[in-house]
Amino acid sequence: MTDTTASGDVRLAGISKHYGSFTAVHPLDLTIPQGSFFALLGASGCGKTTTLRMIAGLEEPSTGTVSLGEREVTHLPPYKRPVNTVFQSYALFPHMDIFENIAFGLRRRGIKSVKKQVDEMIDLVQLGEHARKKPHKKPHQLSGGQQQRVAVARALINHPQVLLLDEPLGALDLKLRRQMQLELKRIQTEVGITFVHVTHDQEEAMTMADTVAVMNGGRVEQLGAPAELYENPRTTFVANFLGTSNLIEASVESTGSDVAVSASGAILRLPAARCSTTPRTGGKLLVGVRPEKISLVPAEDEHTIAAGRNKITGKIADSSFIGVSTQYVIDSPVCPELEVYVQNIERDARLVPGADVVLHWNPEHTFGLDAAQDIDAGIETVEESA
Amino acid sequence: MTATAAPPQAEAPAVPPVHRASLKKRLIPYWLLLPGIVWLLVFFVLPMVYQASTSVQTGSLEEGFKVTWHFQTYWDAFTEYLPQFLRSLAYAGTATVLCLLLGYPLAYLIAFKAGRWRNLLLVLVIAPFFTSFLIRTLAWKTILADGGPVVAVLDKIGFLDVTSWLGITEGSRVLATPLAVVCGLTYNFLPFMILPLYTSLERIDTRLHEAAGDLYATPATVFRKVTFPLSMPGVVSGTLLTFIPASGDYVNAELLGSTDTRMIGNVIQSQYLRILDYPTAAALSFILMAIVLIMVTVYIRRAGTEDLV
Repeated sequence: MTDTTASGDVRLAGISKHYGSFTAVHPLDLTIPQGSFFALLGASGCGKTTTLRMIAGLEEPSTGTVSLGEREVTHLPPYKRPVNTVFQSYALFPHMDIFENIAFGLRRRGIKSVKKQVDEMIDLVQLGEHARKKPHKKPHQLSGGQQQRVAVARALINHPQVLLLDEPLGALDLKLRRQMQLELKRIQTEVGITFVHVTHDQEEAMTMADTVAVMNGGRVEQLGAPAELYENPRTTFVANFLGTSNLIEASVESTGSDVAVSASGAILRLPAARCSTTPRTGGKLLVGVRPEKISLVPAEDEHTIAAGRNKITGKIADSSFIGVSTQYVIDSPVCPELEVYVQNIERDARLVPGADVVLHWNPEHTFGLDAAQDIDAGIETVEESA
Repeated sequence: MTATAAPPQAEAPAVPPVHRASLKKRLIPYWLLLPGIVWLLVFFVLPMVYQASTSVQTGSLEEGFKVTWHFQTYWDAFTEYLPQFLRSLAYAGTATVLCLLLGYPLAYLIAFKAGRWRNLLLVLVIAPFFTSFLIRTLAWKTILADGGPVVAVLDKIGFLDVTSWLGITEGSRVLATPLAVVCGLTYNFLPFMILPLYTSLERIDTRLHEAAGDLYATPATVFRKVTFPLSMPGVVSGTLLTFIPASGDYVNAELLGSTDTRMIGNVIQSQYLRILDYPTAAALSFILMAIVLIMVTVYIRRAGTEDLV
């Protein structure tokens, strides 16, 4: 804790965690650059919290090492690590007022005059002017959002090398959660400390983080910037867990810089660069496209579609109007439930359930995945967390 | 009533039944309180009033006792038996401290470290209650018997030299000394300390320990700053449940002590049952009650448990 100014990334080298015969985290290599906002995203039980706790020192890895900069901290107890945690349940000390809660870490390090720093933290997390004045409140007198701010202040006041956030927004209602996401992002930019944020909320991860690691079954499925993960998912899990994807089973007709595939008679094209696997002629490929990339026209207007676009015919099975857009479910021979989101700019009165339609999109917006995967991986978890 | 009836006539009879029903409902809590109130009246308030009146009576068994508002009894009883009062408080206080020192680590272990042995250990804590208080205390007479193995070992390791020097044992005897009485009290009241301690420790969220560790607190500091303060309700109720009955106890001093270790409970018992001086016995009881009440009030104020969640 003396070298908080020392620069350094968080490096996990081959760390894993077993509980008896159960493997919570498979050997994992991860480098979290200093000063970044890093999110570990996954459904419950995917090993993200265990990974976080191994960085904090609350769990000892079964194998591998944890380093902060040049310093290896694998076997260091939590109270000797320059790392602080914002816990899921906040874990504020109920017998201390908020001033003492925030000052706790400083006092443990023998710092006597804490008033100035505590006040700075109260301002940073915007607890409000009244929070600086005596008598200070006890945690149970605060609302969920305020407790959250105290928990963040209590951890940040120590200027840790890394701040770990274990689903800190899970207990807040939706509106407050959105607000706190922006707050945390602002605080991170202001203090420049590395934030490692664990969440099961893909929207939260994408809003806040510079880099997201999607975890599934104790492994990292894919790592990258939010837009990169969204546009170029490399597994069906990522494709389904981050937003919604239409995945179509197809067989490869021809390869080259452009790959042509056929699915129930329809020929679709996609750039070879957007395939996460090397397509082989005659082999299978899962072709994916995001619902908002697809345009919809009534069948009789098919001639208006520009040449070179991917086209599929179908029938509208269902439509739901959600204000900014309309979400359609299309029954197509290619895929029984294709989702299409259409912006409500000019609404075509002919697009009603039962109407025959043609779906078309830019082949550039198509991605290809290895067909040897579960096509539905990651789907249920999305519904669960929604 | 019918829909065609004139409104004033229809409303008049409608009101009383509603009123009666709500009255009945409002009385329910009092009916539920009744058994408890009757119990307290018969077994607490009446004996207290009777005792209070006894304490200001004068007379003798042959001539009968009369209320003469003779408050002098209180002063006489207090000054005459001051040594026994002080001894009771000292023994009860020592036993309470010993119970806390022995009980806290055990309660901590059961609450945080016992895992699947937790329930078994809790059963073992209350297991002594399956035998009579008297039998258990008599058993200590055997354990601490002169020349018995326990005393022999204590003698050999020089423990008894130290305790003799402190004046709580005599030579190579433990029985009939203050040490024996305090041992008996500690043993008998230990479960009353452990159970409340366990209850309050068990309620502590272990994530608070993690959070404190995460915030640079060493395990010792975690205990001092988080665990112990949060277990204060258990410490307070445990010490009260031990100290209050121990200060009025007479069985341990009777069976394990001697005439030099008489506690105030022994005095009250003999005043009532042997000397038959009822006014003095009643006055002593009230004095003890007043002392304990004052001490407990001061203690609770100092411990400041009302601040705890």
